[in-house]
Amino acid sequence: MSAHRVLVTGASGFLGRAVATALVAAGHDVRTLQRRPSGVEGVQDVLGTVTDPATVASALDGRDAVVHLAAKVSLAGDPADFERVNVGGTATLLDAARAAGVERFVQVSSPSVAHLGTAIVGADADPADPVHARGDYARTKAAAELLALRADSDRMRVVAVRPHLVWGPGDTQLVERVVERARAGRLPVLGHGAALVDSTYVDNAASAIVAALAAVDRVHGNAYVVTNGEPRPVGELIAGICRASGVRPPAWSVPAGLARAAGGVVEAVWRVRPGADEPPMTRFLAEQLSTAHWFDQRRTRADLRWEPAVTIDEGLARLAPPRA
Amino acid sequence: MNRALPGAARHVAAAYLPPALPGLDPAWSRLVEADDAAGVTRTWHVLDTGPALAAAGVAPRGTVVCVHGNPTWSYLWRRLLDAATDRALAGGPAWRVVAVDQLDMGFSDRTGAPRGLAERISDLDAVLGALALDGPAVTLGHDWGGVVSLGWAVEHADRLAAVATLNTAVHPGPSEGRDHVPAPLRLALAPGVLGAGTVTTGAFLETTLALAHPPLAPEVKDAFRAPYRTATERGGIGAFVADIPVPATHQSRDVLERVADGLRALEVPALALWGPRDPVFSDRYLDDLGERLPHLDVHRFEGAGHLVAEDVDYASAVLDWLEVVLEPAADAAPEAGDADAVQPLWHHLDARRDDADVALVEMAPPGGAGPRSVSWRLLTRRVDEIARGLVDLGVRPGDRVSLLVPPGADLTAVLYACLRVGAVVVVADAGLGLRGLTRAVRGARPAFVIGARPGLAAARALGWPGVRVSTTDLPGPLARTLGVRASLADLAERGALLADRADALAHVPAADDVAAVLFTSGSTGPAKGVVYTHRQIAAVRDALAAQYGVGPGASLVAGFAPFALLGPALGTRSVTPDMDVTAPRTLTARALAAAVGAADATVVFLSPAAIANVVATSDALDPADHRALAGVETFLSAGAPVSPALLARVESLMPGALAHTPYGMTESLLVTDVTGPEIRAAAADPARGPGVCVGRPVRSALVRISALDATGAAVGEPSDAPGTTGEVLVAAPHVKDHYDRLWLTEHASRRGRTPTSPRWHRTGDVGHLDAQGHLWIEGRLAHVVVTATGVVTPVGPEQALEASDAVARAAVVGVGPRGAQQLVAVLEPVDPPRRPALADDVLATDARSRTPVPLAAVLVVPDLPTDVRHNSKVDRARLATWADAVLAGGRMVAP
Repeated sequence: MSAHRVLVTGASGFLGRAVATALVAAGHDVRTLQRRPSGVEGVQDVLGTVTDPATVASALDGRDAVVHLAAKVSLAGDPADFERVNVGGTATLLDAARAAGVERFVQVSSPSVAHLGTAIVGADADPADPVHARGDYARTKAAAELLALRADSDRMRVVAVRPHLVWGPGDTQLVERVVERARAGRLPVLGHGAALVDSTYVDNAASAIVAALAAVDRVHGNAYVVTNGEPRPVGELIAGICRASGVRPPAWSVPAGLARAAGGVVEAVWRVRPGADEPPMTRFLAEQLSTAHWFDQRRTRADLRWEPAVTIDEGLARLAPPRA
Repeated sequence: MNRALPGAARHVAAAYLPPALPGLDPAWSRLVEADDAAGVTRTWHVLDTGPALAAAGVAPRGTVVCVHGNPTWSYLWRRLLDAATDRALAGGPAWRVVAVDQLDMGFSDRTGAPRGLAERISDLDAVLGALALDGPAVTLGHDWGGVVSLGWAVEHADRLAAVATLNTAVHPGPSEGRDHVPAPLRLALAPGVLGAGTVTTGAFLETTLALAHPPLAPEVKDAFRAPYRTATERGGIGAFVADIPVPATHQSRDVLERVADGLRALEVPALALWGPRDPVFSDRYLDDLGERLPHLDVHRFEGAGHLVAEDVDYASAVLDWLEVVLEPAADAAPEAGDADAVQPLWHHLDARRDDADVALVEMAPPGGAGPRSVSWRLLTRRVDEIARGLVDLGVRPGDRVSLLVPPGADLTAVLYACLRVGAVVVVADAGLGLRGLTRAVRGARPAFVIGARPGLAAARALGWPGVRVSTTDLPGPLARTLGVRASLADLAERGALLADRADALAHVPAADDVAAVLFTSGSTGPAKGVVYTHRQIAAVRDALAAQYGVGPGASLVAGFAPFALLGPALGTRSVTPDMDVTAPRTLTARALAAAVGAADATVVFLSPAAIANVVATSDALDPADHRALAGVETFLSAGAPVSPALLARVESLMPGALAHTPYGMTESLLVTDVTGPEIRAAAADPARGPGVCVGRPVRSALVRISALDATGAAVGEPSDAPGTTGEVLVAAPHVKDHYDRLWLTEHASRRGRTPTSPRWHRTGDVGHLDAQGHLWIEGRLAHVVVTATGVVTPVGPEQALEASDAVARAAVVGVGPRGAQQLVAVLEPVDPPRRPALADDVLATDARSRTPVPLAAVLVVPDLPTDVRHNSKVDRARLATWADAVLAGGRMVAP
């Protein structure tokens, strides 16, 4: 594999940090762009945001590849913010990358860009749908993915990678939320908890993105969902995370339909209410936790020539707090 | 004639191209001009794959001409156009498909003039002339389009490769009555109904569209409505209905009769794909077609109806059939055994007609009182009398006689009488349930039904076909209520009077005449009729005799229906124990011991459910009972697998017997055999593969494996290589002849046969052979799970799960799309939950550790769904559907 001079955006995030670390380990020359220091050893940090063309241009100087993770990831917030960061930021980055002569571009996306609220059962990556995707995050990520894939050309090869439900030690999204709510006794199981969901241990998501960079000359123009390929009932996954983190798994359940309705109300309230905290439930989250979404990984694994190295059980074991 | 149609039916309008509609490729649509019979130039809308094939440089071998009925249009044929194009472009046999909108229908001209059947046939010829067909033609019609297409076919036999039809009717009916016109259509023709029902409102159209099973998608309904949105566009619907030749004086009647008669001269291959749930064109019209075209291939799609083209994949069926019938080598049937003479099934009866020795013992005969014994002499005489009585009643060789008689002396006598006169016995097990039985009897279209009172009441209430004969004398009013023509006693009495008339039994059926239609248990889908010839049933008898040494001198107790009937054919005394043979779990240990003792039985046949109850009630046995059971030499458990533990317990009740569990199915009653000791040795073998060991093939049977490919399809050449998992193939003289009116099923079951190969039957079971030649069953082909990493057969992982002390029964099924399926374990714990749920952490972790394959989910249920008859075959198909819904986030209902 040839070494690239890579710009990683959003490397202070949970997945971004893992990707930057994996790229360094694979022998690439890595520069990062985000608002806070990445904390990744062996990279050159550029501090700033992807929405600022000048910062982006200078960060891209001398780079031949981009892995774009920077995004506003949240369950609620001002729709304009999602638009500005996720769509505007991607557009700015794509323009600047083309201008800087970047040859390879990995757009890190999300399976939610094609999730229309119904169950996903063994599907491959459907086209991103910015009109019908659920919630501001998914809609803006869908638009961003379409922009990126539209920018694909022989000069700048673009591939989109959609890791699904990434978790692992140090994860502030899924694991921390689950554990904190369970600890506070505020975590119900939605419905019977049997809906089958895919998830991705963080190291696997990172290695898939590294593999996508290596494969982009072959597979550009495509989108790939990445998961562990081990779907589990959502109740079992959440209970597993709780147990691994030393917290009692949730024992009470809320009917899925009720949670969806409540999510809709909460979403509306959070939209008009000031503050940066997270809503306890959104319709998107309720759907995510009560309907199946798992994927056919055959094309992903064959095209990217990649296999997940860490199983869910191994990943859960790594979550366990170090014993004193 | 244009009876009572509104003025709208005289509306004139020009043909036009349809708008964009789901499933319809706009490139197929053409407007074609030709002169009709009156010399007027008309424009037809036609769907035609010809241009697309020409553009791809594919030369078709012929043209399939599709003619829709009323009130549909060529949209009905869209799937065939699509499928035929796909096959042609993929390099398969290329057929051009042409689907015509008849004039006044679909998007063709509204002529404003009524068109009779004769005009419609010549219209079709005109438009086909303008289209310049490629090669010979295959006609395919539906509804009244079936008549039009067959009408064209009989007039152009020289240009014909084959004819095919979906539900249709060509019988004009007796000239004096309206009986043969489907009743709902007679209503549509009633004065005042015709115009309003067909033209002014869309009622006829809507009623037809509502006949689909499952219901049509809204966008498909809209597509069917597209050319019929206004009364003026619907004129043709009314005119078409008006042309149904009900009165003998009707203008189209002569033409219809000419078409119907002309069919008898057709020699090209013929196919009927039929939806039996059709309120208009019912099975009687299929029978009529079959009578006119004796070589007609039939597939009845159980559950499908009038819109069979929407209900099932008729397109692949038509194309598969064309491949087979036009290239005979593709489906050659090797000779069904040698041409040697066969000992007839009744030869022991003939040989022992003066023997006073006991042939049958009924421990609890109908009507009460103690055991009843029937000597060979009496049985032979009784069979003889009933046989003559049947002939006198009008039963002719080849007539089907449905036997709804509980096992016992009556059934035995009437069965052999039917066989003797060359009638075809139809035997369906009450275990099918009333619905299954109704389907079976209707599908088998018996000319006669012989039954006890409950069976006849069902026959009456559910409108089963056939002349009814009761097993017992019924009071006159009741007999009339049930429509009973005669009783068995009447028949025997009548037969006795005719005893000196030699000619009554002059006809002796030939070895290759059809003898019986047996129905499958229905535990693996809707019950299928399986057709056996005399030769093949005689081969079943001979295989049993050879395998288990049952013959003259032996005495057998049969608590398992199919084998109970074979006693007289084997020359063996047979004993029916005191039990409800249709509900095997009613057999107690004492009743078994009494039956064995009554006839010094040496052979015992039981089903697993009967065995379970015998073991459960064995505490009641007294020393005399134990002594009787100790005399049994051979014990057979047949019908479904039985656990080694249960087998060991029943062996201990019959210490002198060697236990056997034969493996077979309705299509081949005996495939392999395994003994108790062999089962235990196999279970203890550390090198054993997955599955249930069913032993070695019986002497006359050949067993091979057709290996599965990565998609789970059984594509391998028949092989006896050990360790290869695939579909189990069997060939034997006693394998069935064919499935009854299930052409596609039959075709699939004989895939791989060649003119020089054995007469393979594909069992639908999957398994492997081991190095010692034992067959191991790993599940059903339909239950094979195809994951991203390979094919998984269910029985192996299920056995691993059932090895847990916490698990009573386990099923392993797949969820998700084939090729990317995930495995799910559904457990019935020893301590069952009150309702279905996710397994708890401990059980799920344990289950995952036991199976070599990854499990996405582990669910627990109070009860695994099983088949009605044996309560032992887990209904994995139903479980898979349930697991799919639950794991997609659906409600956690009971499976």
